[in-house]
Amino acid sequence: MAENDNKLDLTEEEIAALNLDKDDEELEANSKYTGKSVSSEWKNFLDGVEKENEQRKIKEEMDKLKLQKPKGKKMTGKDIFAFIVLVIVAIGFIVPILLVVMNSFKGKLYVSNEPFALPTAESFVGFKNYVEGMEKINFIPAFFTSLFITVFSVALLVLCTSMCAWYITRVKTWYTKIMYLLFACSMIVPFQMVMFPMSYVANVLHLDNMFGILIMYLGFGAGLSVFMFAGFVKSVPLEIEEAAMIDGCGPIRTFFTIDFPIMRPSAITVAILNAMWIWNDYLLPTLVLSNDRTLPMAIQYLRGGYGSIDMSQMMAMLVLTIIPIIIFYFSCQKYIIKGVVAGAVKG
Amino acid sequence: MDKVIKKWFPLFALPTFVAFSIAFLFPFFMGLYLSFCKFKVVTNTTFVWFDNYVKAFTANGDFLNALWFTTKFTIVSVISINIIAFIFAMLLTKSLKGTNVFRTIFFMPNLIGGIVLGYIWSMMINGVLLTWQSTITTDAKYGFWGLVILMNWQMIGYMMIIYISGIQNISPDLLEAAEIDGANGWQKLIHVTLPQIMPSITICLFLTLTNSFRLFDQNYALTAGAPGKQTQMLALDIYTTFYGRVGWQGVGQAKAVIFSILVAAIALTQLYLTRSKEVEN
Repeated sequence: MAENDNKLDLTEEEIAALNLDKDDEELEANSKYTGKSVSSEWKNFLDGVEKENEQRKIKEEMDKLKLQKPKGKKMTGKDIFAFIVLVIVAIGFIVPILLVVMNSFKGKLYVSNEPFALPTAESFVGFKNYVEGMEKINFIPAFFTSLFITVFSVALLVLCTSMCAWYITRVKTWYTKIMYLLFACSMIVPFQMVMFPMSYVANVLHLDNMFGILIMYLGFGAGLSVFMFAGFVKSVPLEIEEAAMIDGCGPIRTFFTIDFPIMRPSAITVAILNAMWIWNDYLLPTLVLSNDRTLPMAIQYLRGGYGSIDMSQMMAMLVLTIIPIIIFYFSCQKYIIKGVVAGAVKG
Repeated sequence: MDKVIKKWFPLFALPTFVAFSIAFLFPFFMGLYLSFCKFKVVTNTTFVWFDNYVKAFTANGDFLNALWFTTKFTIVSVISINIIAFIFAMLLTKSLKGTNVFRTIFFMPNLIGGIVLGYIWSMMINGVLLTWQSTITTDAKYGFWGLVILMNWQMIGYMMIIYISGIQNISPDLLEAAEIDGANGWQKLIHVTLPQIMPSITICLFLTLTNSFRLFDQNYALTAGAPGKQTQMLALDIYTTFYGRVGWQGVGQAKAVIFSILVAAIALTQLYLTRSKEVEN
């Protein structure tokens, strides 16, 4: 949405600029014949523009206020009822997470026998579950594997797919059209379709390690990312790039100094969507990686043979997995919600 | 300008395209071919035409079972998620206090991965079922509703936010005009709000449909198909066919092809149907 607004603004300004030039000339030409004072016409025109701007500003302010919610308005009985319902539901939404935290401090038997009871002196075991669980599944290496894969895959995805999207929207030939079509189609194909041959290919090409999986993520995430970047590049006016090129910028400099900064909102959206996907992904790393383990794989590893699970250790490990996500969420909540919505609207 | 950029293909487009070919294109066509083959290792295959496709349906009832379970699950969760999310969105766009706090809380579960979600809810549901001396794997019914609850918990916040942005985009003039014409709350909802947020409905239906139909992680962590294979969804059934039984990879691949066709057909039909109802602004 933000991108669209941007585009509108740009074109509006351009139109305004064009109109200004035109009016200027016209006025001058007119004044020659009619003898009317240019300056008064000019002033009227400027006043009009100013008024328009003011109105627009007021409207924007009002929109902002609307988004925020009118403050100080009294709640009616109906509203209070709705509010209470929402509070109850919100508590229902948090309870599962609180229960996980609570149970992570209880002994094994108490988790499965009385999961809703608060820890007592008898059932409380301190950080035993954390220590033992971390040892059992090698939590710390798994955490850093996940972090490494997520950070570098996302960086690679944002860099490569934005370049690719720019190329295939700017160069119009048969093969860029085919590429665009392939990327778009790949979004709808479920992972199960390619998972078996993909793990075979990864094995043959020796991509079954932490570095190889970056390429797999780049390839498998390319569809959505290219599609989203391409949608944005189309709205970037070509004139800016042409101007840069005339001034002697090569394609690389044009892209990195002109296009990439403009693409920032899209880049944030792409980065957040992919980060959420890759951090939580279970199946792809399970099939591709041969020696390393990511966090979701480590968690799944706690489920021993035939479904015997040490639930207390499981709870402790779940807490450790959720904490980074929640920190990430609260530190850039605004971007995440915006990014996810923008991603949904385009995809 | 085209020509200047054109020769830069190797730098700009090639890396992505090579990775895309390795991770997606080549495996896709190889998978298509393998679905017509019988094999234990990929290097030694015999072409068997549609044998695998026939086997997918006739060898045992797993696939049809999973298809039925998935369909039931998708219908129930798509309806419940969208209705609840819409109600929440309506409530939160009224002038209530603490809207942002609610939004933050409702959206949070969406960030947690499927495997983690599965274990959180297996603890919760097992705890509740303890009262009746049973667990989530005692009866397929429990697994089904457990999965529905889990999915609702995860997706409601996400859908709610999309609905909120749709509702906020409705021009207040329209609602005011309806009010002046004497429309009551219900009529305003049916004749103004709903037609105006059709684009949001399209997106939400698409996301919930495809996500529910393709569900794997949550299913795997919550019940792993137990009891028996009764709570196995399509994606999990394909997985167990691939990696559970030697010599059946071809059948697994055939199931995956059918699965892909189903997903594409459902998604495209839904997009077509709801897009046609969107009003031009």
